[in-house]
Amino acid sequence: MIVADRKSLEEILSMIKDYKNIMVLGCKGCVTVCNVGGEKEVSILASALRIARQKEGREINIDTKVIERQCDNEYVAQLKETVGNYEAVVSMACGVGPQFLSEAYREQKFYPAVNTTFFGGAVTHGIWEERCAGCGTCIIHDFDGLCPVARCAKSLLHGPCGGSSKGKCEISKETICIWDSIVSKKMEQGRLNDLLKVRAVKDWRTARDGGPRRSIREELTQ
Amino acid sequence: MSEINSENNVKPEGDFKSGSNLEKVLRAGHFAFTGECGPPKGANVHHLVEKFHHLKGNVDAVNITDNQTAVVRMSSLAASHLMIDHGLEPNFQMVCRDRNRLAITSDILGAYALGIRNMLCLSGDHQSFGNHPEAKNVHDIDSMQLINLVTTMRDKEEFLNGEKIDVAPKLFVGAACNPFADPFEYRVYRLANKIAAGADFIQTQCIYNMDKFRTFMKQVVDMGLHEKCYILAGVTPMKSARMASFMGKMVPGMDVPESLINRLKGAEKGKQAEEGIKFALEQIEEFKEMKGVAGVHLMAIEWEQMVPEIAERAGMLPRPVV
Repeated sequence: MIVADRKSLEEILSMIKDYKNIMVLGCKGCVTVCNVGGEKEVSILASALRIARQKEGREINIDTKVIERQCDNEYVAQLKETVGNYEAVVSMACGVGPQFLSEAYREQKFYPAVNTTFFGGAVTHGIWEERCAGCGTCIIHDFDGLCPVARCAKSLLHGPCGGSSKGKCEISKETICIWDSIVSKKMEQGRLNDLLKVRAVKDWRTARDGGPRRSIREELTQ
Repeated sequence: MSEINSENNVKPEGDFKSGSNLEKVLRAGHFAFTGECGPPKGANVHHLVEKFHHLKGNVDAVNITDNQTAVVRMSSLAASHLMIDHGLEPNFQMVCRDRNRLAITSDILGAYALGIRNMLCLSGDHQSFGNHPEAKNVHDIDSMQLINLVTTMRDKEEFLNGEKIDVAPKLFVGAACNPFADPFEYRVYRLANKIAAGADFIQTQCIYNMDKFRTFMKQVVDMGLHEKCYILAGVTPMKSARMASFMGKMVPGMDVPESLINRLKGAEKGKQAEEGIKFALEQIEEFKEMKGVAGVHLMAIEWEQMVPEIAERAGMLPRPVV
């Protein structure tokens, strides 16, 4: 899923400092699963904003709503009647949400309440980790399902580099060296030969480097 | 000043890869001795030239580092060119952190055009260690692919995309190897991979754990890798017990045994640096005899003024003229 972290209250307050009547809009997709922009978090943010503004002596009206998915025009359309009732809308969806909203409602202003961080999952309660870089050409079958593009700090296709120490990456003791994991698994399984070749350079056109991407499924477009 | 003219396009004589001094010394079977020089944090040519004086005549070639530890400095390409102007042979270092394949390729062409004949291919320390941790890193290709790219340019006279090169760069190509990073059992295979990618010579990370290095070199020799590539053992003399302790703890992939730290601590007051040099000299003596080791790469980091003395005491002088 897409993982996000909420922005600081100060940053959100500064975005909406000129408004007295806003909507905080959540999403039931990924941000609900990663506990950052679902029903509960929308309600918490709205309360925190109200209290902060009350303290400043500049009260604000905040209505809340959570839609199925902000990345889907069908659900975004449900806001048609209400979106115009506010000076601005604060979206708690990932970075996709405010853009679908902005494209659908040209006259309204939208602000993100979260920083979209990565594609990943929860490794334990409360801790999420990156797993995919969305490079557009998956090669993890060569590495037993582990991705060096997303998980090696240098995206090495031939690792581990000289900074790998005791299974950890040189950038931090909290970061595992994915190449250590790849090599260890290959060694355990007696398949080290898989790694003993020089791989062709990667074609980054399918990644963000090729420009904004589009995925077309012909059978669904008809 | 050297003239930038078509003389730099002359093909290497005989079957030399580049005909660099380093290549000739190694091919002639001499025990090679290379040095290292970090460009200044600025355009201070005077400071750079001062370092050259300590190295000139004492080593066969000098590595010019490329924004080492991700701290920004004068470009390794420009510093290499200045080095040629002062009569030393550079080993131009290039990291994959800061350049994509276009910049890498054009810098290789530029390096050759400026008379550079040795190049060392590296991934590069992560930018989070340096003084611009906010920077975007590139890593379009990795060091293994960089070795392959530059040797393909040299041997097939083709760019990565298969197009022909109008005067191909003929470089003697090196790579790094850290026998002390993990997983240890894989390190010799990674070295084999770099040789398969085309590396002509290898310079290792600073060696302090001699037991581990002996084990590593036995693996190298057992696999016959020393016959396919020249391996230069990395030596950095310790200035103090504090430096030893810091390097062991703070520098990723550095293995500094407690016994060395204690040896330095045990030295008489004011004699720790001398003890560090003694250890380095003992290492060099052992490397001269160690099967599979073709030379020593001396990295006297910000201690270039000690190179003449170390070279002399290690019996490395005079350097061979081939």
